[in-house]
Amino acid sequence: MLVQFLFYAFSAVLIASALGVITLRNPVHSALCLVVSFFTSAALWLLIEAEFLAIVLVLVYVGAVMVLFLFVVMMLDINVEEVRKGFTRHAWLGWLTVCAIVFEIMGVVFARGLGIDATQAAKPLPADYSNTGAIGQVMYTQYVYPFELAAVLLLVAIVAAITLTMRKRKGLKVQDIGAQVATRAEDRLRVLKMKAEDRK
Amino acid sequence: MITLQHMMVLSGLLFALSVAGIFINRKNVILLLMCIELLLLSANFNFVAFSRFLGNLEGQVFVFFILTVAAAESAIGLAILVVLFRERRTIAVEDLNSLKG
Repeated sequence: MLVQFLFYAFSAVLIASALGVITLRNPVHSALCLVVSFFTSAALWLLIEAEFLAIVLVLVYVGAVMVLFLFVVMMLDINVEEVRKGFTRHAWLGWLTVCAIVFEIMGVVFARGLGIDATQAAKPLPADYSNTGAIGQVMYTQYVYPFELAAVLLLVAIVAAITLTMRKRKGLKVQDIGAQVATRAEDRLRVLKMKAEDRK
Repeated sequence: MITLQHMMVLSGLLFALSVAGIFINRKNVILLLMCIELLLLSANFNFVAFSRFLGNLEGQVFVFFILTVAAAESAIGLAILVVLFRERRTIAVEDLNSLKG
């Protein structure tokens, strides 16, 4: 009963904050709403006993990605007024799409043609079950190669993000150590041979 | 008691809302990126729910990889956005028409 109440409460918060993300005009407020929706999603994942992913969602998304979002939103000074213009022009199309998608998804969900009983609660896990341990058992044995690939992907993302945003300022006076070391004496110094001039 | 149906309906609503967000906020690239994050979150909801209710852990491993890819995607997307703003002083989608014939 308590679990069900918590589920409905968190779902309401999640839907409300998702609405906030898509309708609020100030991007900072949208980003903060997105933080709230990630937090409530983590709580919902805790409720269905996916503890590891709930913690990862909070650490990775709220801790890193959303901070990055907020950082970028605040760094670019966006003209909120200009963005606000023409907001409702395509809104009807959006809401029409929502209705269509909700209708289709509900059709699939309630069709009961999936071959699984979707109206039963999951089997309760034993008290000494460790979600993190179980995921680690699978991830480091069966999925170790995709795991390494994910690490390489993150490295590529780091390098790409840094190379994209790094800028060389023109006219900056800095030493070029390589050029200095590679200089030879004959590039700088010329020894001339000439006859001594007569004394007048 | 939370059933699979509850989770599927919730993720369906979340997915529909984020698609609507893409339609509504088509002028602002930052909000588009946020809507894509929400969309990925709703997909992850389904993965986690099915993995839990079918007793198969591989769905949760998959969500882990989706989170990795989504983090990389948003980092690069935001980097592109910063470069774009530095070049053009705007991030409105309709001003990005230099490839238009």
